[in-house]
Amino acid sequence: MSRAALLVLADGRFPAGGHAHSGGAEAAVKAGRITDAASLEEFCRGRLHTGAAMTAALAAAAALGVDPTGLDRAADARTPSPALRVAARKLGRQLMRAARATWPHPELDALAQRFPKGAHQPVVLGLTARAAGLGPEDAAYCSAYEGVSGPATAVVRLLGLDPFDATAVLARLAPELDRVAQDAVDAARRAMTDGVDALPARSAPLLEIGAEVHAGWPVRLFAS
Amino acid sequence: MHLDHSHHGPSAVSADAHRPDGTRRALRIGLGGPVGSGKTATVAALCRALREELSLAVVTNDIYTREDAEFLLREAVLPPERISAVETGACPHTAIRDDISANLEAVEDLEDEVGPLDLILVESGGDNLTATFSKGLVDAQIFVIDVAGGDDIPRKGGPGVSTADLLVVNKTDLAPYVGSDLARMAADAKAQRGELPVVLQSLRSEEGVRDVADWVRARLAAWTA
Ligand SMILES: Nc1nc2c(ncn2[C@@H]2O[C@H](COP(=O)(O)OP(=O)(O)OP(=O)(O)O)[C@@H](O)[C@H]2O)c(=O)[nH]1
Ligand SMILES: [Mg+2]
Repeated sequence: MSRAALLVLADGRFPAGGHAHSGGAEAAVKAGRITDAASLEEFCRGRLHTGAAMTAALAAAAALGVDPTGLDRAADARTPSPALRVAARKLGRQLMRAARATWPHPELDALAQRFPKGAHQPVVLGLTARAAGLGPEDAAYCSAYEGVSGPATAVVRLLGLDPFDATAVLARLAPELDRVAQDAVDAARRAMTDGVDALPARSAPLLEIGAEVHAGWPVRLFAS
Repeated sequence: MHLDHSHHGPSAVSADAHRPDGTRRALRIGLGGPVGSGKTATVAALCRALREELSLAVVTNDIYTREDAEFLLREAVLPPERISAVETGACPHTAIRDDISANLEAVEDLEDEVGPLDLILVESGGDNLTATFSKGLVDAQIFVIDVAGGDDIPRKGGPGVSTADLLVVNKTDLAPYVGSDLARMAADAKAQRGELPVVLQSLRSEEGVRDVADWVRARLAAWTA
C-alpha cells in the first residue's frame, strides 16, 4: 500500500470529471434545503450515510476483487433514479480514462472493454485503487469522501459560501466518515463470500427525486 | 438501463492521433475567448463555409445553459446529430484545460456515431483571458476577442491572446461606435504574438469568416499530409 498513491487518487484535481457534478447540492440549494454551512453539514451527513455509504461499499468490494460486472448490476439496482445512473456511468467512464492513463492495468482494460460507455463510478474507483496497489479501505475512503466533498465544493460556487466554513464542515464529518468507510469494508468482505446482496442498499429518496427534477432544468450550473 | 455494452471496443486512453481501429482521427480545433466575443457566430459561419467540402461536427461547452448548442441547432448549420453539448460545472476553463475527459468523450462519441469526420470544432464557454485549451484535447486553438471588449485587450496579452494558434479580433464593424482603434489593436497583437497570425473580421461583412476558414483549411491540409 502506498500512501502517496492514495493522495494522487483522492486529490480533488484528479482529472476524472467530478468538477462538473454537485452530488445533488444544486437541486437542494434551489429547493431551499441548503442555505448555509449548518444545512450543508446536514445535507452531507445525510449523503454520507446513504449514497456515499453504498458507493464506498461498492468501491471496497471492487478493490477486493469482487466481479465488477456483478457490482455494476448491484449499483444499478441500488440507484432508482435514471438520471443518477446516467451520471454514475458518465463519471465512471471519465474516471476510467484517467485511471488507464495513470495506472495501466489489464483489469481496467477488461472493464473498459466490457463497458465502453462507462461502468458505475464506484466500481471503476475500486478497480482503480486495485490498479494503483491500494486496498479496500483506501477505495472506501475515496468514495465516501468524494460523496461529501463534491457537494461542499459545489455549494461554495452556488451560494458563495465561505470556503473555510465548507472545509470545516468536511473536517467535522471526518469521524463519521471513518466509521462509514470501516462499515463499507466490512460489508465488502462479506460480499466476497455471500455475494453482492451483502452490500448496503441505502438510497436517499430526496436525492433521487432531486436528481430527476434537476435533470429536467434547462438552466443549471452542474451536470448533476 | 445500460446493462450490456459488450459490442464496442474500449476508447483510447489519451488524445492519440489515431482511433482504436488505426484510422486517423479528425482534426480538433478549439475556439476560446471572453463571453460574447463571437465564438458561436464564428463556429456557425465556419460550418456554413466548410460543410460542403468537409465532414464536420461541433462540441459546445456552455456554462449554465445549452444556448450555444441550441443556437447552432436553430440556425441549422449542421444536422443535430453532429452537435454535442458538454456541461462544465460553473468552470469552463477546467473542462477544456485541467480535466478534459468530458470533452474527449464528446469528440470520440461524435466520431463513433457520425464519423468519419475531418474536423471537430470545440467551443469553450466564454471565459477570461487566461483560458486556453489543453493540447490533450485540441490540435490547434483560435482565441476570439472583439473590438467592443476594449481595444486594450491585445496589449494586456495573457495566454489566450499571446499563444493561441490564431487570434481573431471580431466585430470590426462596431469599431467606429465603440471608439476602438483597429490599427492599434493589430499592432499590439503583433507585438504580443510575433509571427503567430491575427485575423480582424466582421461577420456582418461580405468577407465574413473567409480568412479564418482559409486558416482552418491550411491546418487541415497539414494534419492530413
Ligand atoms: N456586429 C457584430 N456582431 C457580431 C459579430 N459576431 C458576432 N456578433 C454578435 O455578438 C453576439 C455574441 O455572439 P456569440 O457568437 O454568441 O458570442 P460567443 O463568444 O459565442 O458568446 P458566449 O458563448 O456566450 O461566450 C451575438 O449577438 C452575435 O450576433 C460581428 O462580427 N459583428
Ligand atoms: Mg457561444
